[in-house]
Amino acid sequence: MSRRTLLRSAALGAGAVALPSLLAACGSGPPGVTMGSNASDAVPKKAFAGAFKAYEKKSKKTVRVNTVNHENFQENINRYLQGTPDDVFMWFAGNRMQYFAQKGLLSDISDLWRGFDGFSAALKKQSTGLDGKQYLVPYYYYPWAVFHRKSVFREKGYDIPRTFDQYRALARQMQKDGIVPFAFGDKDGWPAMGTFDYLNMRANGYDFHIALMRGQKAWNSPQVKQVFDLWRGLMPYHQKGANGRTWQEAAQSLAQKKAGMTVLGLPHPGQQFSTADREDLDFFPFPEIDPAHGQDAVEAPIDGFLMSKKAKDKDGAKDLLTFLATPEAEDVYLASDPNNVAVNSGADTAAYTPLQKKAVQLVSGARQISQFMDRDTRPDFASTVMIQAIQQFLSNPDDIDGLVNDIERQKKQIFSAE
Amino acid sequence: MPNTRARRAGRPGPRRHTRRDLVVLGVLLGIPLLLDLALIWGPTLASIGLSFTTWDGIGDIRWAGLKNYDNLFTTYPQFWPAVRHNLLWLGFLGFLAAPFGLLLAVLIDRGVRFSRFYQSTLYMPVVLSLAVVGFIAQLILSRDQGALNAVIGGRNPTDWLGNPGINIWMVLLAACWRHAGYVMILYLAGLKSVDPGLKEAAALDGASERQAFFRVVLPTLRPVNVIVGVITVIESLRAFDIVYAINKGRNGLELLSVLVTDNIIGEAGRIGFGSAIAVVLLLVSLGFIVTYLVQELRGEERR
Repeated sequence: MSRRTLLRSAALGAGAVALPSLLAACGSGPPGVTMGSNASDAVPKKAFAGAFKAYEKKSKKTVRVNTVNHENFQENINRYLQGTPDDVFMWFAGNRMQYFAQKGLLSDISDLWRGFDGFSAALKKQSTGLDGKQYLVPYYYYPWAVFHRKSVFREKGYDIPRTFDQYRALARQMQKDGIVPFAFGDKDGWPAMGTFDYLNMRANGYDFHIALMRGQKAWNSPQVKQVFDLWRGLMPYHQKGANGRTWQEAAQSLAQKKAGMTVLGLPHPGQQFSTADREDLDFFPFPEIDPAHGQDAVEAPIDGFLMSKKAKDKDGAKDLLTFLATPEAEDVYLASDPNNVAVNSGADTAAYTPLQKKAVQLVSGARQISQFMDRDTRPDFASTVMIQAIQQFLSNPDDIDGLVNDIERQKKQIFSAE
Repeated sequence: MPNTRARRAGRPGPRRHTRRDLVVLGVLLGIPLLLDLALIWGPTLASIGLSFTTWDGIGDIRWAGLKNYDNLFTTYPQFWPAVRHNLLWLGFLGFLAAPFGLLLAVLIDRGVRFSRFYQSTLYMPVVLSLAVVGFIAQLILSRDQGALNAVIGGRNPTDWLGNPGINIWMVLLAACWRHAGYVMILYLAGLKSVDPGLKEAAALDGASERQAFFRVVLPTLRPVNVIVGVITVIESLRAFDIVYAINKGRNGLELLSVLVTDNIIGEAGRIGFGSAIAVVLLLVSLGFIVTYLVQELRGEERR
């Protein structure tokens, strides 16, 4: 074999390997709706696959799923939506959906919403863009609350605190008993946001919180300072070194009974519990700080599906979305991922775990639902200012004035950029 | 290039390039040139241009003048720490890791016992990506589950990676582990090429071992020194993966490269602002590149 034929066959060989994937990337694959999935973890990935299979069986159509690592999906969402996005993709409700709707990257699905059944007004609001049109098919949600182990509370005779004073007294008691009151990890930057959100909503109310998130209130106002002040008062009861600990490690110390409580979302702590211990996990709503606001607001992020503006198979996408809005589509999903709660009131709750049932009660009793800081405010503000600011607060809780002035200066700059 | 011109002037002959040669030359030089323009100069100039605008990556590009730079220097709390950390990396790798690598190379070159073993052990981290070094560092240094705290024991474990006053030093140590091995291998190669006769001559002249090293061996290593210097600067300016693997470069581990990423990649989409940071990083790198080139060209002239 001469050198030339060798090179030629090598090039052909390389082409034969690379070409099919190139073609697939060009989108000329088999027919069917494409689905951009950020469900890269094993449990949700399998659960979603079940839901899509149910659709394929029912409609005799195919769904091609492109799964991308959760973090990468989020980091590339801008480019993804401007490039060649899938017809339908997974995303979040609230501001983070509205942002892309405003930029004209999503398809309006108001016509589908007219036929939807079983979604509350609050859900519709979270699926609606600033222009009053609907863009999201909500799928499931999970509330944030204060998690603890029933057996620990029983053994030590702890009562569920309803007010902030009782909360602090309980923390003091736990410390006396040699338990770290609050398991706490913020290495990933977002878990501590949940505590801030609750402290703010309980102390200043939901409306103030949302206005603050929209950039309409000053971060160096006395209200926000009070929130950080309350938080500083709780700091001695939190696990030390939160900035070096992941939420998974924090949840493990709750599972190991080294810590007494932790503020997290419904899917989080359970993952770190052994199956035998999962029954022992329980939660209570974040306690009341100001009686004027009580425990009205619940933080419950909603996940769902969006249709991209550039969807190729628009009819197929709408057909799939219509299916995903039905109770049965949610039932299939929750059968293999019991860490979330269905949004559709028609969904079958008989198979719910006690924790899921409690979560339904918590959210249906809520006057207002928030979506978590990084979904209620601008993504650039949350990721480049608030993550760093909260971590700075955690390592130095004493300079609140400097901290809030820093945040306010950056907020002005970012919110005025439009 | 005064040399080539002089040579060509001294030998004026018939045209030496055929048309075919010119085509080949054109293609061979043209393609890299185009690639260079498209992949290096284009984005560089675009970044400089974008740094004077506000752009979120989707909507309109609007002129902002020097506002991004003003915000960067006055209201962005992460900026100055990042500059300080970048300089710290440079100093640490340049003044500690590199000399340490030289020391290791000299020790191994003198043939201590088991030198092959040391050589391969010390070189091992160089094949690891800095991100992997970061993961290894977490296994050792994690506050609750790390090996180091388990060994030390005690009731108040140290937060090696979460405490912003400590973590940068821990990361520098981890980076040093890798960089010293890298530098060692370069110096080992250099030391092998030092003529043993030089050392003998120095010994005959009555030079102590130390004098022989600093006066004779080190100067002959000049080309290696230059390479080590360049590599050290590059490594410290592009340091990113290790801090990103540990805590996304936040809370005490800020670097300019991380801030660029934070603002441009992801949902943030502050492309104009991120570009301004990138331009600062470019200016810092240019400072070193220009200094290096000036030195090299001067050295060339002297030779």
